[in-house]
Amino acid sequence: MKYGNEIVLLALAAFAALLGAAFAQDSQFGAHMWVLFFALAGGATVLLRTGNYAPAAAAPADSSPYMDGPIRYGVIATVFWGVTGFLVGVVVAAQLAFPDLNIEPWLNFGRLRPLHTSAVVFAFGGNALIATSFYVVQRTSRARLFGGNLAWYVFWGYQLFIVMAATGYLLGITQSREYAEPEWYVDIFLTIVWVAYLAVFLGTILNRKEPHIYVANWFYLAFIITIAMLHVVNNLAVPASFLGSKSYSLFSGVQDALTQWWYGHNAVGFFLTAGFLGMMYYFVPKQVERPVYSYRLSIIHFWSLIFLYIWAGPHHLHYTALPDWAQTLGMVFSIMLWMPSWGGMINGLMTLSGAWDKIRTDPIVRMMVLAIAFYGMSTFEGPMMSIKAVNSLSHYTEWTIGHVHSGALGWNGMITFGAIYFLVPRLWGRERLYSLRLVTWHFWLATLGIVVYAAVMWVAGISQGLMWREYDEQGFLVYSFAESVAAMAPYYVVRTIGGLMYLAGALVMAWNVYMTIRGHQRQEEPMPTSAPALQPAQ
Amino acid sequence: MGDKHIDELSGVETTGHEWDGITELNNPMPRWWLWTFYATVVWALAYTIAYPAWPMISSATTGVLGYSSRADVKNELAAAEQAKSAYVQAVKAKSVGEILADDKLRQFATAAGSAAFKVNCIQCHASGAQGSPGFPNLNDDEWLWGGSIDQIYKTIGHGVRFDGDENTHASEMPAFADILEPKQITEVAAYVASLSGTADTPELVPGGAKVFADNCAACHGDNAKGNKELGAPDLSDAIALYASGQAAIASQVRHPKHGVMPAWGARLGDVNVKELAIFVHSLGGGE
Repeated sequence: MKYGNEIVLLALAAFAALLGAAFAQDSQFGAHMWVLFFALAGGATVLLRTGNYAPAAAAPADSSPYMDGPIRYGVIATVFWGVTGFLVGVVVAAQLAFPDLNIEPWLNFGRLRPLHTSAVVFAFGGNALIATSFYVVQRTSRARLFGGNLAWYVFWGYQLFIVMAATGYLLGITQSREYAEPEWYVDIFLTIVWVAYLAVFLGTILNRKEPHIYVANWFYLAFIITIAMLHVVNNLAVPASFLGSKSYSLFSGVQDALTQWWYGHNAVGFFLTAGFLGMMYYFVPKQVERPVYSYRLSIIHFWSLIFLYIWAGPHHLHYTALPDWAQTLGMVFSIMLWMPSWGGMINGLMTLSGAWDKIRTDPIVRMMVLAIAFYGMSTFEGPMMSIKAVNSLSHYTEWTIGHVHSGALGWNGMITFGAIYFLVPRLWGRERLYSLRLVTWHFWLATLGIVVYAAVMWVAGISQGLMWREYDEQGFLVYSFAESVAAMAPYYVVRTIGGLMYLAGALVMAWNVYMTIRGHQRQEEPMPTSAPALQPAQ
Repeated sequence: MGDKHIDELSGVETTGHEWDGITELNNPMPRWWLWTFYATVVWALAYTIAYPAWPMISSATTGVLGYSSRADVKNELAAAEQAKSAYVQAVKAKSVGEILADDKLRQFATAAGSAAFKVNCIQCHASGAQGSPGFPNLNDDEWLWGGSIDQIYKTIGHGVRFDGDENTHASEMPAFADILEPKQITEVAAYVASLSGTADTPELVPGGAKVFADNCAACHGDNAKGNKELGAPDLSDAIALYASGQAAIASQVRHPKHGVMPAWGARLGDVNVKELAIFVHSLGGGE
């Protein structure tokens, strides 16, 4: 029977969740186990109903060279979680502007904020990375995904992790580590899923029929391995009870803070930078149809990026209890990181040489180029903000929020949108997207949204930092903290509008993707084509 | 290395590999990129020689500049203390009344008190000292414990109903739910409401006046003007600490709420309390 083992395992796991709910030590854990029970029981039921009861030998084998099922699901999940994450982002932005929108206890800012960050980084970004890495590694290795249905386990396991993390936040379950809020049992489950992901990816590379490993796969592999290491070390904790939702970190004091920011910084470095560079190294040359600019640059910037990034975390703890020597090292490694980061920008942008006109004629290329431009900008801003003198002004202010969003909305968002527009027609066997004009709409809505957002947060953050350090001529503090909060109100309103524009763009994309999958093609004026034929160089 | 070929558009040789149609050009690394990278590495090394950086067995290198962020902030604080020390000594030596009489010292103390207020007081009394329900407005002429500079100084220093200070303002209004009949409470609430507005039940006001004279006037005074010695509020005006209206007054008579303010003398020291008193006195209601 098809899926026989899977159904049995799911049912057993659902039963275990039921036991967890029955013997829970605290009500939050009990509620969380009910969520898990319904998710697993629902999964088992769906499999039962779709199961094929014919003898195994008679089931038709999938004969296509590549396994694209989990990738199709992954693209849809990326769009779905993207829209969800952006929506929650707009809600939390509005809550800051209008505190009455905090709805106690489940939907207050404190619980929705990690929901927003995790939905965007791990649900949207993570699904984009898993789906594109599965697509890219198969094509550039000329090998089918390793491990058979293991790729499906990775996909569904990861979705279950997202659901457990998100519902946990709403229930108030958190270990209060930024970007690592899920509690111990969710962390253990994610570790298992992640090892399966590594097995699928690495197995496919080992089965490759190409003599060399393509640069995109180096970046994807660095991302998968490093995230595994970061996740395991940062979440080392002792549960208060094996049937409870509370655990205590293995580290304490400043060591705990440093471990957390070693993790937090490299989540940015390896999840949002290395992983998405892997995406860029495949989809940009494919869409532009030009060779990668420099092989040598790709090697040097890959290894220097990987080596330097891992040491830069202490810059999140400038002027704290962290010893001076660790602050110094965090800062100088961040400065040295500037050029290795820009190597990716150069290789991405210069891949367009000989095809610059495509920025005008192809909105998908335009999107990718904007992503690379924002990548370059935020990887300059980051090292700059790590300089202690700058950090003493920028730290704890809205400037940091602006920096993160120019990276996340500009770089991660835009390169993902580009990849989605590339993938959807190919994965569903459509001749083209439903509408290129809608891609242009998406481009402009998202771009304006980011520009509004980032610019407003710069002004807000610098004002805030200056207010906090304002002393009068006699040496007395000029503003109270509450006054600096009150001063943020107009910026918070405008920021919400920027976020709304970005969300609107994502909704346009969702519509475009839906219509493309349904097989529709919008009748519209074609995009302008390049007039003169390209001339060879001298 | 398979079939290298020259890319037509750029005239650059490829590396000879191909993955799913993607090739790579064999361009050198841009010189400006490489040299900037080297420069950041050299700068980073130099910086780590100048500042505390490399961890050794028991401690880290201290750097040739001898920088330490703790020493830095200590020096800055010491310099700030030094700049203010003449004034601070004067505040310490003089009474609040004398400070008030000395123009320069009063200005200094007002600025210092304003800064201390932003950090310690606005959580309850709000940014503009306008107060919030249960926490008095400090800008008006209504004072629970007195608005002279000495009274303000004592109130801030020793707090209100604060357990840890034996000189704190300690008086409390009894819970009249245990003393009066429910009807009497309604009557007296109607009477008190009528003093600054209209009672919901005007017919009960005369009866309430009698209840008031028998039970309340001892502290709040015959004309309900209050008594600052006891912290008994003036009930004849429209200013209410918790809420206005007959129902709110009745509730307060039954089970009075007793606000608490910490004794700031023990927390902030006498100089800061004097400065806060001068600042609060300057807000408009000082007597």
